[in-house]
Amino acid sequence: MALIEAKNIRKVYNHEMVPLEVLKGMTFDIEEGEFVAIMGPSGSGKSTLLHILGFLDPQTSGTCLFNGKGMEDYTEDEIAHIRNKEMGFVFQAFNLLPRTNVYDNVKLPLIYSDRPEKEWHDLIMKAIKAVGMEHRLEHETSKLSGGEKQRVAIARALVNDAKVIFADEPTGNLDSKSGAMIMKTLQELNQQHGYTIILITHETYTAEHAQRIIKIIDGQIKSDHKVKKRHDANHGFKK
Amino acid sequence: MTQIMASKNKMKIIPQIKIAAKGLRTHKSRSALTILGIVIGIMAIIMVMAIGKGAEDLILDQIRGMGSRTLSVEPGRMPQGLSDFAEVYTESLKDREVKALSNPNNIRGNNEIAPFVYLNATVSYGNEKMRTMIEGANRLWMDILDVEPEEGTMFTDTDVKQMARVAVIGSNVKEELFGDSEAIGKRIKIKNINVKVIGVLPPTGVKMMMNIDDIITMPYTTVQKVLMGISHYHAILIEAETEEMVPGIVEDIKATLREMHGITDPDKDDFHVGTMEDAMEIIGSVTSVLTLLLIAVAAISLLVGGIGIMNIMLVSVTERTREIGLRKAIGATRTDIISQFLIESVILTILGGIIGIIIGAAFTWLIGFGIREFGGFVSWRFFFPMSAVALGVGVAAAVGLVFGLYPARQASKKSPIEALRYE
Repeated sequence: MALIEAKNIRKVYNHEMVPLEVLKGMTFDIEEGEFVAIMGPSGSGKSTLLHILGFLDPQTSGTCLFNGKGMEDYTEDEIAHIRNKEMGFVFQAFNLLPRTNVYDNVKLPLIYSDRPEKEWHDLIMKAIKAVGMEHRLEHETSKLSGGEKQRVAIARALVNDAKVIFADEPTGNLDSKSGAMIMKTLQELNQQHGYTIILITHETYTAEHAQRIIKIIDGQIKSDHKVKKRHDANHGFKK
Repeated sequence: MTQIMASKNKMKIIPQIKIAAKGLRTHKSRSALTILGIVIGIMAIIMVMAIGKGAEDLILDQIRGMGSRTLSVEPGRMPQGLSDFAEVYTESLKDREVKALSNPNNIRGNNEIAPFVYLNATVSYGNEKMRTMIEGANRLWMDILDVEPEEGTMFTDTDVKQMARVAVIGSNVKEELFGDSEAIGKRIKIKNINVKVIGVLPPTGVKMMMNIDDIITMPYTTVQKVLMGISHYHAILIEAETEEMVPGIVEDIKATLREMHGITDPDKDDFHVGTMEDAMEIIGSVTSVLTLLLIAVAAISLLVGGIGIMNIMLVSVTERTREIGLRKAIGATRTDIISQFLIESVILTILGGIIGIIIGAAFTWLIGFGIREFGGFVSWRFFFPMSAVALGVGVAAAVGLVFGLYPARQASKKSPIEALRYE
């Protein structure tokens, strides 16, 4: 059984009483341990798709299963718990708490978890070390560079030992050097630690860091193929 | 799934409190202004409770000072309200009433009796002048007040009989007229009549709602006939042999005076009899009404404060839409978000409550200090009940819960997607 099974997913928004079909029936599976890039131009529906895959928003029709079950099989609190325990999110705008230090930002998901408090410190430190931010523990996130902020956001996504990390344009607000660092981090998490990573991007170059690229245009899958030769983030990063 | 169910709503309260406190610290001045209404409301409650209790104690103390055996017969019927005071000033109590009330055939027991008159007059000694109260009484009055001259002596029954022009003065009167020099034997002038000072009272403060240090006491006959030229009294004080006899004596007084004055309808009484118990009852009901009134004012202040909290919390929810979205995205449930915002509003109001209690206690102490030092009420006690603290904190927390609930619910309803998109 695939970790994520999407079958004929449709999403329709009603904008001022006018229905707008953003996703027009998408079907694909994502296996555990895969690094998948969902690529498409602006307005193609890729972020909407990520929200549906990440149980942040329900689809209008079709099914989207995570570990064999759909959002509709759970109560609101159970969905919150799945997002907390099984999924990690990295956003283009980082979404870190301002005036809060790195350590406390990374701690955030644990507050909503059922993990005993005595385990928190080790988990936080492990996640922070995984993204190489242990030298900035006490720094307020507003004083960090863009790349550092995104690394903190990745640490926050990892801290509760999520199965899958959803990264929505994680390099979108970064310079090329920082972007390369972030992609390298995501690759390492996938290759060395086995995290499933679902990356949303509009850049081909960024998408090529993944093992598989699903291209979407106008709410439909245009192509779904494996990357022949994976791009090594250590060898430069072009925007 | 059972694991999921078991972990539902298991969010830790301490980290939640830390998050809320951090949220509030981020906007220190806004938080401070927000709680101002609560501070004032709780301060008002504390002051009402503490000063109200202190005042009630003081007044009851003053009345108790009159003694449970003492009755006061006063002219005019009992005033029924502020507009009714004209009725009080009648001349229904004269020498024959004093005589009748002294007669054991009319009034049971072997009682002591003191006719009482007073006037406000200017008193002078040399170039020094002061306006004060002159009280005409006899020895019983001093017994009731429980005070003895610290210099000189009290006037005697013979002085009363002979309308002696002698006076016992309070410590402030002595200070004003004589300063540090000797007062005993000196003659002061009241209404152009020379009166010899034969005694000076020690500093005593307020007793029976009068500042004893400011008054001059003289034989009632002298004040009535010589200084005022009247034939009636302002009151007749009677001290019963025992407390148990008081209710019977009240009935005897009423019967005697009604018979003398030809009154058949008690509503037309031209006198009224007061006992310590009556006075305490009246004071008790007056203070309860005042306390209720002040609590109503405090409640309005808390209501306004609560609306202020709600307003600011709503602003805060809108401002932090993105943060709420993030928290929901990473696993916060609706309950978690509600509790976070509720904890914030409760922390705010409890903080306001604590500040209100401290300021209220400080003001209560200051006011008490003023009443004691400048008002002469030496028996004023600083009264700060723990129940007021509990009530203050409890009310503050309740205001936080009630007025924080709506903004908290609004926050919890936000969809993580909408919230994360919010700019």
